[in-house]
Amino acid sequence: MSQRSPSPSLFRPKRAIDQSVLEENHALVQSIDRRKILRGTLSLGALTMLTGCDVTHRDSVQRVLKAVSQWNDRAQALLFRPNHLAPTYSPDKVVKPPRFNAYYDVEDLAPVNADTWKLELAGLIGDKRPWTLRQIYDLPEQEIIVRHICVEGWDYIGQWSGVSLRHFLERIGADLTARYVAFKCADDYYGSIDMPSALHPQTLLATKYAGEPITDPFGFPLRLRTAVKLGFKNPKWITAMEVTNTYRGGYWEDRGFNWFSGI
Amino acid sequence: MADINVKSNGRHLARLHPLAIRVMHWINALTMIVLIMSGWAIYNDEVIFGWLHFPSWMTMGGGPEGALQWHFLAMWILVANGIAYLAYGFSTGRFRRKLLPIRIAEIIAEMRRALALELAHDDLTHYNAVQRVLYVGIILVVILQVISGLVIWKPVQFSELAILFYDFQGARLVHFLGMVAIVGFLLLHVALALIVPKTLVAMITGGPDVPRDATASAEPDPNQPGKLAS
Repeated sequence: MSQRSPSPSLFRPKRAIDQSVLEENHALVQSIDRRKILRGTLSLGALTMLTGCDVTHRDSVQRVLKAVSQWNDRAQALLFRPNHLAPTYSPDKVVKPPRFNAYYDVEDLAPVNADTWKLELAGLIGDKRPWTLRQIYDLPEQEIIVRHICVEGWDYIGQWSGVSLRHFLERIGADLTARYVAFKCADDYYGSIDMPSALHPQTLLATKYAGEPITDPFGFPLRLRTAVKLGFKNPKWITAMEVTNTYRGGYWEDRGFNWFSGI
Repeated sequence: MADINVKSNGRHLARLHPLAIRVMHWINALTMIVLIMSGWAIYNDEVIFGWLHFPSWMTMGGGPEGALQWHFLAMWILVANGIAYLAYGFSTGRFRRKLLPIRIAEIIAEMRRALALELAHDDLTHYNAVQRVLYVGIILVVILQVISGLVIWKPVQFSELAILFYDFQGARLVHFLGMVAIVGFLLLHVALALIVPKTLVAMITGGPDVPRDATASAEPDPNQPGKLAS
Protein backbone atom coordinates (compact mmCIF):
# COMPACT_ATOMS: atom_id res chain seq x y z
CA MET A 1 0.00 0.00 0.00
CA SER A 2 3.03 2.25 0.08
CA GLN A 3 2.61 3.28 -3.53
CA ARG A 4 -0.42 5.46 -3.45
CA SER A 5 -1.41 7.22 -6.59
CA PRO A 6 -3.73 10.19 -6.83
CA SER A 7 -7.33 9.05 -7.02
CA PRO A 8 -10.32 11.17 -8.01
CA SER A 9 -11.74 10.86 -4.54
CA LEU A 10 -14.28 13.01 -2.76
CA PHE A 11 -12.38 12.32 0.42
CA ARG A 12 -9.23 13.85 -0.93
CA PRO A 13 -10.37 17.14 -2.43
CA LYS A 14 -7.91 18.86 -4.68
CA ARG A 15 -6.91 22.50 -4.25
CA ALA A 16 -9.37 25.20 -5.13
CA ILE A 17 -9.56 25.95 -8.85
CA ASP A 18 -6.91 28.39 -10.05
CA GLN A 19 -8.85 31.54 -11.02
CA SER A 20 -5.97 33.38 -12.74
CA VAL A 21 -6.55 31.70 -16.11
CA LEU A 22 -10.18 32.76 -16.07
CA GLU A 23 -9.25 36.34 -15.22
CA GLU A 24 -6.62 36.53 -17.99
CA ASN A 25 -9.06 35.29 -20.63
CA HIS A 26 -12.13 37.07 -19.32
CA ALA A 27 -13.07 38.76 -22.61
CA LEU A 28 -12.63 35.58 -24.62
CA VAL A 29 -14.78 33.55 -22.25
CA GLN A 30 -17.54 36.15 -22.40
CA SER A 31 -17.64 36.30 -26.20
CA ILE A 32 -17.86 32.51 -26.45
CA ASP A 33 -20.66 32.53 -23.95
CA ARG A 34 -22.72 35.03 -25.94
CA ARG A 35 -22.51 32.96 -29.11
CA LYS A 36 -23.35 29.78 -27.22
CA ILE A 37 -26.39 31.33 -25.59
CA LEU A 38 -27.82 32.23 -29.00
CA ARG A 39 -27.33 28.73 -30.30
CA GLY A 40 -28.38 27.16 -27.03
CA THR A 41 -31.76 28.89 -26.89
CA LEU A 42 -32.68 27.36 -30.24
CA SER A 43 -31.87 23.79 -29.27
CA LEU A 44 -33.05 24.02 -25.68
CA GLY A 45 -36.70 23.35 -26.54
CA ALA A 46 -35.85 20.28 -28.58
CA LEU A 47 -33.45 19.03 -25.91
CA THR A 48 -35.99 19.10 -23.10
CA MET A 49 -38.35 16.95 -25.18
CA LEU A 50 -35.59 14.43 -25.93
CA THR A 51 -34.23 14.13 -22.43
CA GLY A 52 -37.55 14.26 -20.59
CA CYS A 53 -37.86 10.51 -20.42
CA ASP A 54 -34.19 10.05 -19.68
CA VAL A 55 -34.26 12.36 -16.66
CA THR A 56 -37.31 10.62 -15.17
CA HIS A 57 -35.61 7.29 -15.76
CA ARG A 58 -32.50 8.46 -13.94
CA ASP A 59 -34.58 9.71 -11.01
CA SER A 60 -36.32 6.38 -10.63
CA VAL A 61 -32.98 4.54 -10.70
CA GLN A 62 -31.73 6.88 -7.96
CA ARG A 63 -34.86 6.15 -5.93
CA VAL A 64 -34.29 2.40 -6.23
CA LEU A 65 -30.62 2.72 -5.22
CA LYS A 66 -31.56 4.87 -2.23
CA ALA A 67 -34.21 2.37 -1.15
CA VAL A 68 -31.69 -0.47 -1.43
CA SER A 69 -29.17 1.54 0.62
CA GLN A 70 -31.83 1.99 3.34
CA TRP A 71 -32.56 -1.72 3.16
CA ASN A 72 -28.83 -2.33 3.58
CA ASP A 73 -28.96 -0.17 6.73
CA ARG A 74 -31.53 -2.55 8.20
CA ALA A 75 -29.60 -5.64 7.05
CA GLN A 76 -26.46 -4.31 8.75
CA ALA A 77 -28.36 -3.54 11.97
CA LEU A 78 -29.47 -7.20 11.99
CA LEU A 79 -25.93 -8.45 11.32
CA PHE A 80 -24.51 -6.24 14.08
CA ARG A 81 -23.24 -8.19 17.09
CA PRO A 82 -23.43 -5.74 20.04
CA ASN A 83 -20.88 -7.55 22.18
CA HIS A 84 -18.56 -8.87 19.48
CA LEU A 85 -15.22 -7.10 19.82
CA ALA A 86 -13.15 -5.85 16.91
CA PRO A 87 -9.62 -7.29 16.78
CA THR A 88 -7.13 -5.26 18.83
CA TYR A 89 -3.41 -4.87 18.26
CA SER A 90 -0.19 -4.31 20.17
CA PRO A 91 1.15 -0.74 20.57
CA ASP A 92 4.08 -1.39 18.20
CA LYS A 93 1.63 -1.70 15.30
CA VAL A 94 0.27 1.81 15.85
CA VAL A 95 0.80 4.29 13.00
CA LYS A 96 2.03 7.69 14.20
CA PRO A 97 0.70 10.15 13.36
CA PRO A 98 -2.66 8.87 12.09
CA ARG A 99 -3.81 9.67 8.58
CA PHE A 100 -5.47 13.05 8.04
CA ASN A 101 -8.90 13.02 6.51
CA ALA A 102 -11.59 15.64 6.04
CA TYR A 103 -13.71 17.02 3.25
CA TYR A 104 -11.04 19.68 2.73
CA ASP A 105 -7.24 19.84 2.67
CA VAL A 106 -5.17 19.91 5.83
CA GLU A 107 -4.06 23.48 4.95
CA ASP A 108 -7.65 24.65 5.34
CA LEU A 109 -7.96 23.26 8.84
CA ALA A 110 -9.31 25.67 11.48
CA PRO A 111 -8.03 24.58 14.91
CA VAL A 112 -10.46 24.57 17.82
CA ASN A 113 -9.75 26.88 20.78
CA ALA A 114 -9.66 24.65 23.85
CA ASP A 115 -10.41 27.54 26.26
CA THR A 116 -13.74 28.45 24.71
CA TRP A 117 -14.66 24.97 23.48
CA LYS A 118 -17.73 23.32 24.98
CA LEU A 119 -19.59 20.13 24.27
CA GLU A 120 -23.26 21.07 23.93
CA LEU A 121 -25.90 18.42 24.61
CA ALA A 122 -29.38 18.17 23.14
CA GLY A 123 -32.32 15.84 22.71
CA LEU A 124 -33.32 12.93 24.92
CA ILE A 125 -30.79 13.65 27.67
CA GLY A 126 -31.53 14.13 31.37
CA ASP A 127 -28.75 16.60 32.18
CA LYS A 128 -28.07 18.86 29.20
CA ARG A 129 -25.50 21.12 30.85
CA PRO A 130 -22.59 21.66 28.47
CA TRP A 131 -19.21 20.08 29.25
CA THR A 132 -15.86 21.83 29.34
CA LEU A 133 -12.69 20.09 28.23
CA ARG A 134 -11.45 19.89 31.83
CA GLN A 135 -14.62 18.02 32.84
CA ILE A 136 -14.21 15.61 29.91
CA TYR A 137 -10.57 14.93 30.82
CA ASP A 138 -11.67 14.06 34.39
CA LEU A 139 -13.87 11.20 33.13
CA PRO A 140 -12.59 7.61 33.34
CA GLU A 141 -10.42 6.79 30.34
CA GLN A 142 -10.48 3.70 28.14
CA GLU A 143 -7.93 2.82 25.45
CA ILE A 144 -8.45 0.86 22.24
CA ILE A 145 -5.90 -0.10 19.57
CA VAL A 146 -8.04 -0.87 16.54
CA ARG A 147 -7.97 -0.77 12.78
CA HIS A 148 -9.37 2.32 11.10
CA ILE A 149 -10.94 1.40 7.76
CA CYS A 150 -11.89 4.06 5.24
CA VAL A 151 -14.74 3.55 2.79
CA GLU A 152 -12.14 4.18 0.07
CA GLY A 153 -10.24 1.02 1.00
CA TRP A 154 -7.20 2.13 2.99
CA ASP A 155 -6.64 1.36 6.65
CA TYR A 156 -4.25 1.87 9.57
CA ILE A 157 -3.99 0.80 13.18
CA GLY A 158 -4.58 3.57 15.71
CA GLN A 159 -4.39 3.88 19.48
CA TRP A 160 -7.23 5.94 20.89
CA SER A 161 -8.25 6.82 24.44
CA GLY A 162 -11.13 8.66 26.01
CA VAL A 163 -14.37 8.10 27.82
CA SER A 164 -16.53 5.20 26.71
CA LEU A 165 -19.54 6.67 24.90
CA ARG A 166 -21.79 4.22 26.76
CA HIS A 167 -20.43 5.48 30.08
CA PHE A 168 -20.89 9.09 28.99
CA LEU A 169 -24.45 8.52 27.78
CA GLU A 170 -25.34 6.85 31.07
CA ARG A 171 -23.66 9.66 33.02
CA ILE A 172 -25.71 12.40 31.33
CA GLY A 173 -28.94 10.45 31.67
CA ALA A 174 -29.46 9.83 27.96
CA ASP A 175 -32.39 7.73 26.78
CA LEU A 176 -30.52 4.58 25.75
CA THR A 177 -33.60 3.30 23.94
CA ALA A 178 -33.46 6.20 21.48
CA ARG A 179 -32.52 5.32 17.91
CA TYR A 180 -29.67 7.70 17.12
CA VAL A 181 -26.75 9.61 18.55
CA ALA A 182 -25.96 12.58 16.34
CA PHE A 183 -22.93 14.88 16.30
CA LYS A 184 -22.11 18.37 15.06
CA CYS A 185 -18.55 19.50 14.48
CA ALA A 186 -16.57 22.73 14.49
CA ASP A 187 -15.92 22.40 10.74
CA ASP A 188 -19.65 22.03 9.93
CA TYR A 189 -19.23 18.28 9.44
CA TYR A 190 -22.07 16.30 10.96
CA GLY A 191 -23.02 12.68 11.39
CA SER A 192 -25.12 10.18 13.30
CA ILE A 193 -24.85 6.57 14.39
CA ASP A 194 -27.31 3.97 15.65
CA MET A 195 -27.67 3.49 19.40
CA PRO A 196 -26.41 -0.14 19.48
CA SER A 197 -23.14 0.99 17.85
CA ALA A 198 -22.96 3.96 20.25
CA LEU A 199 -23.23 1.53 23.18
CA HIS A 200 -20.61 -0.88 21.78
CA PRO A 201 -17.71 -1.47 24.23
CA GLN A 202 -15.23 -0.15 21.62
CA THR A 203 -16.93 3.19 20.99
CA LEU A 204 -15.18 6.16 22.60
CA LEU A 205 -15.34 9.90 22.78
CA ALA A 206 -11.60 10.07 22.17
CA THR A 207 -9.33 12.78 23.55
CA LYS A 208 -5.93 11.11 23.09
CA TYR A 209 -3.96 9.37 20.36
CA ALA A 210 -1.02 7.15 21.30
CA GLY A 211 -1.24 8.46 24.87
CA GLU A 212 -1.02 12.17 23.92
CA PRO A 213 -3.86 14.66 23.43
CA ILE A 214 -5.20 14.39 19.89
CA THR A 215 -3.57 17.05 17.72
CA ASP A 216 -5.51 19.59 15.65
CA PRO A 217 -5.60 17.70 12.32
CA PHE A 218 -7.06 14.61 13.94
CA GLY A 219 -9.97 16.12 15.83
CA PHE A 220 -8.73 18.10 18.84
CA PRO A 221 -10.18 18.30 21.39
CA LEU A 222 -12.87 15.64 21.03
CA ARG A 223 -13.77 13.11 18.36
CA LEU A 224 -15.70 9.91 18.06
CA ARG A 225 -13.73 6.72 17.62
CA THR A 226 -15.69 3.54 17.13
CA ALA A 227 -14.22 0.21 16.06
CA VAL A 228 -17.48 -0.87 14.43
CA LYS A 229 -17.88 1.81 11.76
CA LEU A 230 -16.06 3.04 8.67
CA GLY A 231 -13.77 6.04 9.13
CA PHE A 232 -16.19 8.71 7.96
CA LYS A 233 -18.66 7.67 10.69
CA ASN A 234 -16.20 9.06 13.28
CA PRO A 235 -16.81 12.83 13.47
CA LYS A 236 -13.85 14.96 14.59
CA TRP A 237 -13.79 18.37 16.36
CA ILE A 238 -17.16 17.54 17.96
CA THR A 239 -19.01 20.52 19.44
CA ALA A 240 -22.50 19.09 20.03
CA MET A 241 -24.13 15.75 20.65
CA GLU A 242 -27.81 14.90 20.40
CA VAL A 243 -29.72 11.78 21.40
CA THR A 244 -32.75 11.50 19.17
CA ASN A 245 -35.29 9.34 17.40
CA THR A 246 -35.15 11.57 14.34
CA TYR A 247 -32.86 10.54 11.49
CA ARG A 248 -30.11 13.17 11.12
CA GLY A 249 -28.09 11.64 8.28
CA GLY A 250 -24.56 12.88 7.88
CA TYR A 251 -22.23 14.88 5.63
CA TRP A 252 -21.22 11.98 3.35
CA GLU A 253 -24.45 10.05 3.88
CA ASP A 254 -26.42 12.99 2.47
CA ARG A 255 -24.12 12.77 -0.58
CA GLY A 256 -24.99 9.14 -1.29
CA PHE A 257 -22.80 7.05 1.01
CA ASN A 258 -24.52 4.33 3.03
CA TRP A 259 -25.69 5.60 6.43
CA PHE A 260 -25.11 2.56 8.66
CA SER A 261 -21.63 1.85 7.23
CA GLY A 262 -20.81 -0.64 9.94
CA ILE A 263 -17.77 -2.85 9.59
CA MET B 1 -41.65 -27.42 -16.57
CA ALA B 2 -42.73 -26.67 -20.09
CA ASP B 3 -39.34 -27.89 -21.30
CA ILE B 4 -40.03 -31.52 -20.60
CA ASN B 5 -41.34 -33.35 -23.61
CA VAL B 6 -42.70 -36.85 -23.61
CA LYS B 7 -41.75 -38.41 -26.90
CA SER B 8 -43.83 -41.11 -28.55
CA ASN B 9 -41.47 -43.78 -27.28
CA GLY B 10 -42.28 -42.66 -23.74
CA ARG B 11 -38.79 -41.47 -22.79
CA HIS B 12 -38.76 -38.24 -20.84
CA LEU B 13 -36.78 -35.56 -22.56
CA ALA B 14 -35.64 -32.15 -21.38
CA ARG B 15 -33.83 -29.28 -23.02
CA LEU B 16 -30.05 -29.03 -22.73
CA HIS B 17 -30.51 -25.77 -20.78
CA PRO B 18 -33.83 -25.85 -18.90
CA LEU B 19 -35.65 -22.55 -18.54
CA ALA B 20 -34.53 -22.15 -14.91
CA ILE B 21 -30.86 -22.41 -15.95
CA ARG B 22 -31.30 -19.89 -18.74
CA VAL B 23 -33.04 -17.37 -16.48
CA MET B 24 -30.38 -17.77 -13.78
CA HIS B 25 -27.58 -17.58 -16.36
CA TRP B 26 -28.72 -14.23 -17.76
CA ILE B 27 -29.51 -12.75 -14.34
CA ASN B 28 -26.00 -13.77 -13.31
CA ALA B 29 -24.45 -12.32 -16.46
CA LEU B 30 -26.09 -8.93 -15.92
CA THR B 31 -25.32 -8.93 -12.18
CA MET B 32 -21.67 -9.82 -12.79
CA ILE B 33 -21.25 -6.97 -15.25
CA VAL B 34 -22.73 -4.52 -12.73
CA LEU B 35 -20.48 -5.90 -9.97
CA ILE B 36 -17.35 -5.77 -12.12
CA MET B 37 -17.90 -2.27 -13.48
CA SER B 38 -18.99 -0.76 -10.15
CA GLY B 39 -16.13 -2.66 -8.51
CA TRP B 40 -13.65 -0.96 -10.82
CA ALA B 41 -15.00 2.45 -9.74
CA ILE B 42 -14.64 1.45 -6.08
CA TYR B 43 -11.10 0.17 -6.76
CA ASN B 44 -10.16 3.47 -8.44
CA ASP B 45 -10.90 5.32 -5.19
CA GLU B 46 -7.95 3.60 -3.51
CA VAL B 47 -5.92 1.60 -6.00
CA ILE B 48 -4.01 -1.52 -4.99
CA PHE B 49 -1.51 -1.15 -7.83
CA GLY B 50 -0.24 2.36 -8.52
CA TRP B 51 -0.01 1.63 -12.25
CA LEU B 52 -3.59 0.46 -12.57
CA HIS B 53 -6.58 2.78 -12.80
CA PHE B 54 -9.68 1.77 -14.70
CA PRO B 55 -10.74 4.41 -17.23
CA SER B 56 -13.99 6.04 -16.14
CA TRP B 57 -15.85 4.89 -19.27
CA MET B 58 -15.29 1.31 -18.11
CA THR B 59 -16.75 1.97 -14.67
CA MET B 60 -20.29 2.26 -13.37
CA GLY B 61 -21.95 4.47 -10.80
CA GLY B 62 -19.95 7.66 -11.29
CA GLY B 63 -18.13 8.39 -8.03
CA PRO B 64 -17.48 5.89 -5.25
CA GLU B 65 -20.81 6.62 -3.53
CA GLY B 66 -22.83 5.66 -6.62
CA ALA B 67 -20.60 2.71 -7.43
CA LEU B 68 -20.99 1.40 -3.87
CA GLN B 69 -24.78 1.69 -4.17
CA TRP B 70 -24.74 -0.41 -7.34
CA HIS B 71 -22.28 -2.92 -5.86
CA PHE B 72 -24.41 -3.33 -2.72
CA LEU B 73 -27.55 -3.77 -4.81
CA ALA B 74 -26.03 -6.34 -7.17
CA MET B 75 -24.41 -8.37 -4.38
CA TRP B 76 -27.82 -9.41 -3.02
CA ILE B 77 -28.97 -10.49 -6.47
CA LEU B 78 -25.74 -12.43 -7.04
CA VAL B 79 -26.07 -14.25 -3.73
CA ALA B 80 -29.79 -15.03 -4.11
CA ASN B 81 -29.35 -16.16 -7.71
CA GLY B 82 -26.21 -18.11 -6.79
CA ILE B 83 -27.94 -19.98 -3.96
CA ALA B 84 -30.83 -20.84 -6.30
CA TYR B 85 -28.34 -22.05 -8.94
CA LEU B 86 -26.39 -24.24 -6.50
CA ALA B 87 -29.61 -25.68 -5.05
CA TYR B 88 -30.86 -26.43 -8.57
CA GLY B 89 -27.54 -27.89 -9.74
CA PHE B 90 -27.21 -30.25 -6.80
CA SER B 91 -30.86 -31.26 -6.43
CA THR B 92 -31.46 -32.05 -10.11
CA GLY B 93 -28.10 -33.80 -10.53
CA ARG B 94 -27.10 -31.35 -13.25
CA PHE B 95 -23.71 -30.70 -11.64
CA ARG B 96 -23.02 -34.44 -11.35
CA ARG B 97 -24.09 -35.10 -14.93
CA LYS B 98 -22.43 -32.16 -16.60
CA LEU B 99 -19.42 -31.25 -14.47
CA LEU B 100 -18.13 -34.61 -13.22
CA PRO B 101 -15.88 -36.48 -13.39
CA ILE B 102 -12.81 -34.28 -13.81
CA ARG B 103 -9.73 -36.26 -14.85
CA ILE B 104 -6.28 -34.72 -15.20
CA ALA B 105 -5.35 -36.82 -18.23
CA GLU B 106 -8.48 -35.70 -20.07
CA ILE B 107 -7.79 -32.08 -19.27
CA ILE B 108 -4.29 -32.32 -20.73
CA ALA B 109 -5.56 -34.11 -23.83
CA GLU B 110 -8.29 -31.48 -24.34
CA MET B 111 -5.83 -28.63 -23.87
CA ARG B 112 -3.61 -30.14 -26.60
CA ARG B 113 -6.57 -30.35 -28.95
CA ALA B 114 -7.67 -26.84 -28.11
CA LEU B 115 -4.21 -25.46 -28.87
CA ALA B 116 -4.14 -27.41 -32.12
CA LEU B 117 -7.53 -25.88 -32.93
CA GLU B 118 -9.07 -29.31 -33.20
CA LEU B 119 -11.91 -28.88 -30.74
CA ALA B 120 -15.25 -30.40 -31.65
CA HIS B 121 -18.51 -28.59 -31.10
CA ASP B 122 -20.98 -30.87 -32.82
CA ASP B 123 -22.29 -32.13 -29.47
CA LEU B 124 -23.35 -29.29 -27.19
CA THR B 125 -24.79 -31.64 -24.60
CA HIS B 126 -21.37 -32.85 -23.53
CA TYR B 127 -18.86 -30.67 -21.73
CA ASN B 128 -15.24 -31.62 -22.38
CA ALA B 129 -12.71 -31.85 -19.55
CA VAL B 130 -11.45 -28.28 -19.95
CA GLN B 131 -14.98 -26.91 -19.92
CA ARG B 132 -15.76 -28.88 -16.77
CA VAL B 133 -12.69 -27.58 -14.99
CA LEU B 134 -13.49 -24.01 -16.00
CA TYR B 135 -17.15 -24.23 -14.98
CA VAL B 136 -16.36 -25.82 -11.61
CA GLY B 137 -13.49 -23.35 -11.17
CA ILE B 138 -15.60 -20.28 -11.86
CA ILE B 139 -18.28 -21.44 -9.40
CA LEU B 140 -15.57 -21.78 -6.73
CA VAL B 141 -14.10 -18.37 -7.62
CA VAL B 142 -17.51 -16.70 -7.26
CA ILE B 143 -17.97 -18.36 -3.87
CA LEU B 144 -14.54 -17.02 -2.88
CA GLN B 145 -15.62 -13.57 -4.13
CA VAL B 146 -18.68 -13.69 -1.90
CA ILE B 147 -16.58 -14.66 1.12
CA SER B 148 -13.83 -12.09 0.49
CA GLY B 149 -16.50 -9.48 -0.28
CA LEU B 150 -18.24 -10.25 3.00
CA VAL B 151 -14.93 -9.70 4.82
CA ILE B 152 -14.31 -6.37 3.08
CA TRP B 153 -17.85 -5.26 3.89
CA LYS B 154 -17.83 -6.51 7.52
CA PRO B 155 -14.24 -7.14 8.69
CA VAL B 156 -15.32 -6.76 12.33
CA GLN B 157 -18.67 -8.58 12.35
CA PHE B 158 -17.04 -11.44 10.40
CA SER B 159 -13.62 -11.13 12.03
CA GLU B 160 -13.40 -14.94 12.23
CA LEU B 161 -13.62 -15.09 8.40
CA ALA B 162 -11.22 -12.15 8.01
CA ILE B 163 -8.41 -14.26 9.49
CA LEU B 164 -8.56 -16.43 6.34
CA PHE B 165 -7.23 -13.48 4.32
CA TYR B 166 -4.57 -12.40 6.87
CA ASP B 167 -6.04 -8.90 7.19
CA PHE B 168 -8.36 -6.37 5.55
CA GLN B 169 -5.92 -5.62 2.71
CA GLY B 170 -5.47 -9.36 2.15
CA ALA B 171 -9.21 -9.67 1.59
CA ARG B 172 -9.10 -6.71 -0.83
CA LEU B 173 -6.29 -8.36 -2.79
CA VAL B 174 -8.10 -11.70 -2.97
CA HIS B 175 -11.29 -9.91 -4.05
CA PHE B 176 -9.29 -8.14 -6.78
CA LEU B 177 -7.65 -11.36 -7.99
CA GLY B 178 -11.04 -13.08 -8.00
CA MET B 179 -12.28 -10.27 -10.26
CA VAL B 180 -9.29 -10.89 -12.57
CA ALA B 181 -10.19 -14.59 -12.74
CA ILE B 182 -13.85 -13.81 -13.47
CA VAL B 183 -12.99 -11.27 -16.17
CA GLY B 184 -10.57 -13.77 -17.72
CA PHE B 185 -13.25 -16.45 -17.70
CA LEU B 186 -15.79 -14.01 -19.11
CA LEU B 187 -13.55 -13.05 -22.04
CA LEU B 188 -12.84 -16.70 -22.90
CA HIS B 189 -16.46 -17.73 -22.37
CA VAL B 190 -17.85 -14.95 -24.59
CA ALA B 191 -15.15 -15.47 -27.24
CA LEU B 192 -15.91 -19.20 -27.47
CA ALA B 193 -19.67 -18.55 -27.52
CA LEU B 194 -19.18 -16.17 -30.43
CA ILE B 195 -16.93 -18.64 -32.28
CA VAL B 196 -19.60 -21.34 -31.87
CA PRO B 197 -22.80 -19.26 -32.00
CA LYS B 198 -25.11 -22.22 -31.51
CA THR B 199 -23.92 -22.40 -27.88
CA LEU B 200 -25.12 -18.83 -27.42
CA VAL B 201 -28.43 -19.64 -29.14
CA ALA B 202 -28.83 -22.68 -26.88
CA MET B 203 -28.53 -20.49 -23.78
CA ILE B 204 -31.44 -18.43 -25.11
CA THR B 205 -33.73 -21.04 -26.69
CA GLY B 206 -32.79 -24.01 -24.51
CA GLY B 207 -30.85 -25.97 -27.11
CA PRO B 208 -31.33 -29.58 -28.15
CA ASP B 209 -33.43 -32.13 -26.30
CA VAL B 210 -31.54 -34.47 -24.01
CA PRO B 211 -32.75 -37.56 -22.11
CA ARG B 212 -34.03 -36.68 -18.64
CA ASP B 213 -31.77 -39.15 -16.93
CA ALA B 214 -28.69 -38.56 -19.01
CA THR B 215 -26.20 -40.18 -16.68
CA ALA B 216 -24.59 -41.77 -19.71
CA SER B 217 -23.43 -38.39 -20.97
CA ALA B 218 -21.17 -38.08 -17.94
CA GLU B 219 -19.19 -41.06 -19.16
CA PRO B 220 -17.83 -40.34 -22.62
CA ASP B 221 -17.28 -43.29 -24.91
CA PRO B 222 -13.71 -44.45 -24.20
CA ASN B 223 -13.27 -45.26 -27.88
CA GLN B 224 -14.10 -41.71 -28.78
CA PRO B 225 -12.25 -39.54 -26.27
CA GLY B 226 -13.28 -35.90 -26.32
CA LYS B 227 -15.62 -36.56 -29.22
CA LEU B 228 -13.16 -35.47 -31.86
CA ALA B 229 -14.51 -34.16 -35.08
CA SER B 230 -14.16 -36.82 -37.72
